[in-house]
Amino acid sequence: MIQLDLNQQEEIAGHGERDYPFECCGLLLGRFGSRGEKVVVETYPISNAREETAKRNRFLIRPEELLRGEQYAAKKDLDVVGFYHSHPDHPAVPSQYDLEHAWPAYSYIIVAVRDGQREDFRSWEMEADRSRFNEEEISRPA
Amino acid sequence: MSISIAIPTALRQFTGGQARVEVAATTAGEALDKLTAQYSELRRHLYSDQNTLRSFVNVYVNDEDIRHQSGAGTPLKDGDTVMIVPSIAGGSTVEADVVTSMPKLSNEEIARYSRHLTMPEVGMQGQQRLKAASVLMIGTGGLGAPLGMYLAAAGVGRLGIVDFDVVDASNLQRQIIHGTKDIGRRKIDSARDRLHDINPHIDIETHETRLSSDNALGLIRNYDIVVDGTDNFPTRYLVNDACVLSGKPNVYGSIFRFEGQASVFWAEQGACYRCLYPEPPPPGLVPSCAEGGVLGVLPGIVGAIQATETIKLILGAPDTLVNRLLLFDAWQMKFRELKLRKDPACPVCGEHATIKQLIDYEEFCGLAPSQQPLQAEQIEITAGELKQRLDRGDDLQVIDVREPHEYEIARLPGTSLIPLGQVVARMNEFDSTREVVVHCKGGVRSAKAIAALQQAGYQGNLINLKGGITAWSDEVDPSVPKY
Repeated sequence: MIQLDLNQQEEIAGHGERDYPFECCGLLLGRFGSRGEKVVVETYPISNAREETAKRNRFLIRPEELLRGEQYAAKKDLDVVGFYHSHPDHPAVPSQYDLEHAWPAYSYIIVAVRDGQREDFRSWEMEADRSRFNEEEISRPA
Repeated sequence: MSISIAIPTALRQFTGGQARVEVAATTAGEALDKLTAQYSELRRHLYSDQNTLRSFVNVYVNDEDIRHQSGAGTPLKDGDTVMIVPSIAGGSTVEADVVTSMPKLSNEEIARYSRHLTMPEVGMQGQQRLKAASVLMIGTGGLGAPLGMYLAAAGVGRLGIVDFDVVDASNLQRQIIHGTKDIGRRKIDSARDRLHDINPHIDIETHETRLSSDNALGLIRNYDIVVDGTDNFPTRYLVNDACVLSGKPNVYGSIFRFEGQASVFWAEQGACYRCLYPEPPPPGLVPSCAEGGVLGVLPGIVGAIQATETIKLILGAPDTLVNRLLLFDAWQMKFRELKLRKDPACPVCGEHATIKQLIDYEEFCGLAPSQQPLQAEQIEITAGELKQRLDRGDDLQVIDVREPHEYEIARLPGTSLIPLGQVVARMNEFDSTREVVVHCKGGVRSAKAIAALQQAGYQGNLINLKGGITAWSDEVDPSVPKY
């Protein structure tokens, strides 16, 4: 389970709409709970490092960028708990490519953007044996 | 040796929640082996089924990526920290989408590329990528020759070649794409025929033009990768800036005498040529290959390195020469490597770039005619005029400012040799009571010699032989060999 407030959802979907038709990406900063559940405290947008021709269907966050994000998070006593990216004109479902490049434990939020408008917003977590993604419940703070 | 491995948050569930694991190891590879032996669940996240590190797993030793050091063999010292840093990638389409849009290989092509297809690093997908790729080669000279031939043989689907020159006998010592029968032909024609002979399955596009600020962006736009096989600074800066502005990788090579350099300049991923050399050297400081000579096989090696890097870029190989400058010395037979860094203050690829369009590169390199007033004031004589004056018995002193080994190859009658580097020190050997004709191979060094003598206060008459001994051979005496 991952907890996001409406504001954070708005930031992510808005980023996806702004960067359409390219894929956007960013970090989810927050805290891991004792049973693997995550609470997002802040979103951290990142510029997509893929070359121009591939940006429509690929995103890449360089290790240096991730390190910078982690250092920023550490200062605020937070962890990187996951990532978000957009699927322009594709469903909010992870691709085989997503699976091949995924890390365990993190949340992968995908926002589907069709013709520049948000359409769907879902979160996924990879099975520890790397076989598949499982959809993860998105909750709001009480 | 005690090494501390920093575990990223996502993987701590496999290390019992520990953020750091201590192991004893002497190399980065050994440290990871020990770690994954201890926590076997980790292995599948770090290593692929082929037992190589997954492409999105980055390993740092003390803040430096091991890909920029010796990979798994990167040595460790007691107390070093090894960090596992994920890069995060993903995307909306599966790889298969990309593959279906790839060109198919015919059975003939499959037979031709079988040694590629059997390697997992290339395979069918890689060979299709090669077929779908387009590469623009600037120049079909020493570097362009092996480069073009290997890219054609490798099956790069579309090759553009840019050259404006014709094949000369002096090219054949190194430009193996051209043959003796091609002397006098346009280089692009000769190169196209040779490349088609090597591989009829590829498209070759010829551009008979000198790359310039007016045409560079238009030419480069239609290709994925640019390979610089030129031999002068204005074109090198032009190719670099045009590639940075177009977002294309520039596979660089240069050669001089026994020494070569190679790198991949790609502003989106690392340093560009200007990050390495912000300013060109003063004109004349670095002699061209025509003046200084080059070992014929040297461009064969450097051009083949450029071809290798081009193919690796197309295949998406991880360890290219991005941010690395490879130095090669054929006389000592040694390779060395320098680490490059993107310069945040770079005028073309930096954070506050000031160059947004192509400039006048001749002027930038100090080669514009207005920048050399000294030469304009010099008196010149043609080979034909000199011959006439000598024949009618004019009292002239003729001084040759080339090097002794060139004097051995060919010389004019009745000349004395004072190499360019010695002219000022040996000024008293110039007879200021007579007219002195100064010559070299092509007229550039003799002009420099005259300028240096005038600057040093020489009072006599100095005349530059236009076109040097080469013009003498062309216009006066063909029995004098050209080199």
